[in-house]
Order: sequence, then C-alpha cells, then structure tokens
Amino acid sequence: MTRRSPALALALAGLAAAVAFPLLATKVTWQNAAILMLMTAQLGVAWNILGGYAGQVSLGHAAFFGAGAYVSTLLSVKLGISPWLGMGAGAVVAAGLGVLVGTPCFRLKGHYFAMATIAVGEIVQAVVNGSDALGGAVGFNLPLGETGFWGFVFNRSKLPYYYIALGLLLATVGVNWIVNRSHVGYYLRAIKDEPDAARSLGVSLTRYKMIAMILSAGLTAMGGTLYAQKELFIDPGSTLSTGLSIKIALVAILGGAGTLWGPVLGAVVLTAIEEATRIAFGGTGRGTDLVVYGALLVVIAVFQPSGVMGLFTRRAPRPVAPPEPEARFP
Amino acid sequence: MTVELLLQTLLSGVLFGLVYALVAIGLTLIFGVMDIVNFAHGEFLMFGMYAAFWGFALWGLDPIVTLPLTTLLLFGVGVAVYRLVIRRITDAPMLSQIFATFGLMIFFRGLAQYLWKPDFRSVDHTIVAGKVAFAGLQFGLPQVVAALGAVATTAAVWAFLRFTRLGAALEATAADKEAAALMGIDAQKMFALAWGIGAACAGVAGALLATYYPVFPEVGSTFILVAFVLVALGGFGSVVGAFWAGILVGIVEVLGGFLWDPAYKMVLVLSLYLIVVWFRPQGLMGKA
Repeated sequence: MTRRSPALALALAGLAAAVAFPLLATKVTWQNAAILMLMTAQLGVAWNILGGYAGQVSLGHAAFFGAGAYVSTLLSVKLGISPWLGMGAGAVVAAGLGVLVGTPCFRLKGHYFAMATIAVGEIVQAVVNGSDALGGAVGFNLPLGETGFWGFVFNRSKLPYYYIALGLLLATVGVNWIVNRSHVGYYLRAIKDEPDAARSLGVSLTRYKMIAMILSAGLTAMGGTLYAQKELFIDPGSTLSTGLSIKIALVAILGGAGTLWGPVLGAVVLTAIEEATRIAFGGTGRGTDLVVYGALLVVIAVFQPSGVMGLFTRRAPRPVAPPEPEARFP
Repeated sequence: MTVELLLQTLLSGVLFGLVYALVAIGLTLIFGVMDIVNFAHGEFLMFGMYAAFWGFALWGLDPIVTLPLTTLLLFGVGVAVYRLVIRRITDAPMLSQIFATFGLMIFFRGLAQYLWKPDFRSVDHTIVAGKVAFAGLQFGLPQVVAALGAVATTAAVWAFLRFTRLGAALEATAADKEAAALMGIDAQKMFALAWGIGAACAGVAGALLATYYPVFPEVGSTFILVAFVLVALGGFGSVVGAFWAGILVGIVEVLGGFLWDPAYKMVLVLSLYLIVVWFRPQGLMGKA
C-alpha cells in the first residue's frame, strides 16, 4: 500500500476538491462549466473501456449517448416513468445496440472499425431524424413537471446535477478500475497489442471486445440520460451527431487513451480550451473560437501524441520522427 | 412509374456519384500511401468551391475557366498541410492522427467562417448553365459537365499511377514504405505528392460543384461522410474501387430517395456499406 499511497492521496485530494468546488464557486457559469466538465469526463472514461483498453476506436458513441437520452426521455414523457429507471433502461438498450453493432463491426480492424462505427452512428441519427415518433429533427422538450430527486429535475439549484454528474463519473471510473485490474483488463490489453497471440492462447477476441462494448455503451447511455435531464431538451443534433462521437473519443485521446485518469484529465483540458476560446473569441459569430480551438488540437496532436497523461508517465511512447530517406528519387 | 423517369433518376444518381467519387479518390490516395484518414478532406473541397466562387465574384471568371488555377492552388494547400502538420505525425498512433486531422477540420471550417462569413453563396451564372437533352431525358448541363470532369480527372489520376514513373513510385510507397525507400524513393516526397494530388482532386471537384451547388463553411461535411463510405466500400487505398463505389452509392442514394423517403437515403447508403464490409471487410476492390 505504501507504494501506491501518493496516487491514493492525490485521488482523495482531487475528490475533496471536486466535492467542495461548487460550494466555493457559487457563480452559475462556473458551476455549469464544472458540470459540463464532469459529464464530458464521464463519457471519455466510458469510451476508454472500449477505445482505450480494448483498442477498438469507436467514432459512433453518440448512438449510445443518444440511446440513453432518448429512452429515458420517451419513458418519462410518454409513460411518466422516473428518469432514474429510464437511465437503467437506456443503459440496457444501449448495451443491446452495442451487441448489435459489435457483431458485424468487431470483424473489422483499425480504420475499418472506426469508419463502420461512424456509419452506425449516422444511421441511428438519420433514423431518429426521420421518425416522428422519436421527435424527428425537432426533438423533445422535457416537461418541468415533477421536480425533486425522483423526478430527476432540479430547477432551484445546479448543485444536484453537479453531484449526480460527479457520482456518475466516480462510478464509471470505478468500473474502469475494476476492469483494468481484472482478468478482463489483461485480456483486453492483450487483444489490443497482440490479437493473434491472445487468440492463440485461447482468448476469445469477440467475447472480450463485446464485454468492453457492453460496459462502454451502457455507461455512455447513462451519461446521455443525465444530459437530457440537465438540459431538458434533446434533439438529434445535440445527442446523436458524429461530431459528438468524435468529441467523446477526443477527450480520451487528449488525456491518454488506455489510462485510468487520462480521459478525466482530457475532459478538464478540452473543456477548459473550449470554454476559454468561446469566452475569449466566441460571440462574434465569426468562427475565431473554432480557429483557435482547431489549431490547439492540431498542436497537441503533433507535439503530445500520447496525450496529456504522457507528460506524467515516463513510459509513454515518444513521438517518432518520420524515417529519413536513404536516397533521393527520382 | 415510367421507364424514362426511372432512367432519368438513375442517371442523375450516377452523375452525382461521379463527383462523390472524385472527392473520395483524393481521400483514398492519401490513405493508401500513408494509412491516415484525413478528416479535413471535405475542407479541401470547401476551399476549392470558395476559390471558384471568389474567382467569379471578384473577377467575373467562370469556375470552369479558373479550374486549372483552383487545382494548382489546392495542390499547394495539400502539400502545405503535409509539410506543416502531417509530416510530424506520420508514425504517431492512429488515435493522434485522427485527433490532428479532426483539429484541422475544425480549424479550416473556423477559418472559412472567419474570412468569408457563414453565408451560403453561389455562382449566379456560368458558361455551363442550361440543360442537355439526351434520348428523351433531360439533365442540367452543370451536372453533366461536373460528372465528365470527374471522370476525366479520375482517369488522369489512374493513368498517372499506372503509367508514369512517379506514379509507380507512389504506388510502391503505398505498398511497402521500407522497400520503396531501399529502391531510392524518397518517402517524404511521395507523401507530400499524395497530399497534393488528394487535395487537388478535391479542388477539381469543388470547382465543378461550384457551378451548381452553393458554398458555405460547412459544405464539406455533406460530402466527407459519403467519401468515407466510398473509401471503405471501394477498399481503402483503391482509386478504381472508390470510382465504382461512387457510381453505386449515387444510384442507391437517388433510388432510396425516389422509392422510399429522401430522409432515409443516407440510411440506405450506410446500410449498404455495412452489409458489404460484413461480407468483404476489405471493401469491394481492396486487398485483403
């Protein structure tokens, strides 16, 4: 235990700071930014199980996020079922969707898998967009009806959302931690780094990828339900877009995919960059914030390709320079 | 439903599919040579369209007249993007490559919005305006010219890869970087060339599209998704595969819109893609 105590101390200090933050920073804008940060982190951590540990780069996670948002919203709007139950139902639906997606797509490798998940995400978005029963392109406004814990609507204060987001993030990190330390985690890393060796040792690639997919999709959907309850408005553009899918992946990649705390760190950095550029350059409607944001992403990708976590771990692979040509042609 | 109407629909699908293919060919060329998926490829198209638009708006030059210039300009943009950014991430993990080209995409869209406002702009009149009648069917001349231009460009790229020394060097680098380097081929030069040609193809497509399609900072997003599908459907790195996939997707798209519901035409295209990769993970013409 003594060996790990600095990390444990750091985690506890971070937790204490996270719990105390909204009590000290009482401005609504700060609290909103913090909630956004926690929710983004949770999505990155959930993505990390599949994309980081198992190395299956999904660029269609918005489909799972949207499943969570839509299932809980439909259940509460149409049947009056508490969004807390809807959150569970959403997770189950997303996990089922994950199995449906994984069955064909896990046969694909690398870029092929990533492209196929984009296709799945776009299909889900197009179907919802075209379906009146699912709200079409307009989406849903969630009624302000029953507020309080069971109704999952809080309009007097942002604090409940903050602590629910924090709790969900911790639960998701917890699942990651358990997966990471269990035999599943070892298998996933083996599948990522040496798929053929893993298979020759009798590890069922599809089975363990599927476990990662189910956990990742379910947890992402729970984040979707939280989003719907906080914003009280969902539409395909905000909950099902490929842009969102890529952002979820970016969070994990930026922090360091395949590490426990990387996605959390990534969310902090990404949200900070996003909010800072928006506040500094946004509002003009001229895209200056996008220019700065995009340029920063490129700079980080070029100079810190192993993610921000790479700054803290000496084992992280250094960027390799392109090979020098032996001779010139023609 | 009459035969004419069906034919008309099918052929207009083919016409648009050929332009899709031209966008995808640049993407697949870059992927084939470097194993990098360029998320900013739609933005090359966007720049091509803006170049055509501004040539028209500022100097009254027709997009078709400025096409060679647009092509050269985009070739330069492609090489510059390679030299400034991509060269540094050649051997980085796939994840950070996605990150970098996605950042470029946001950057370019923001830049276009900053420089030229988010408005929709179009070229009001062009020398290719009008209609052509053909065996009782009628097509817009801009669409026909764009499709023919796309075919010509695709053929030129194919011939370049197939019959020239430089093209062979490019293909050799795509097949085996190390072996090609041992044969004296400068990999960096080939990579830059692939980005130049890839962007130039998008530039040609942009100039041709500008004659009948409005330009705005996010115009690339419409085309990049289909281009991804074509690249994966045709087989990553296969120029010929992307070409046939373009025609196929063009047909599926219009037929889907025609027989079912325009809202679902992309669902059909994407489902087709998933079904194909289910049976042939390497795409229609990709190497296993």
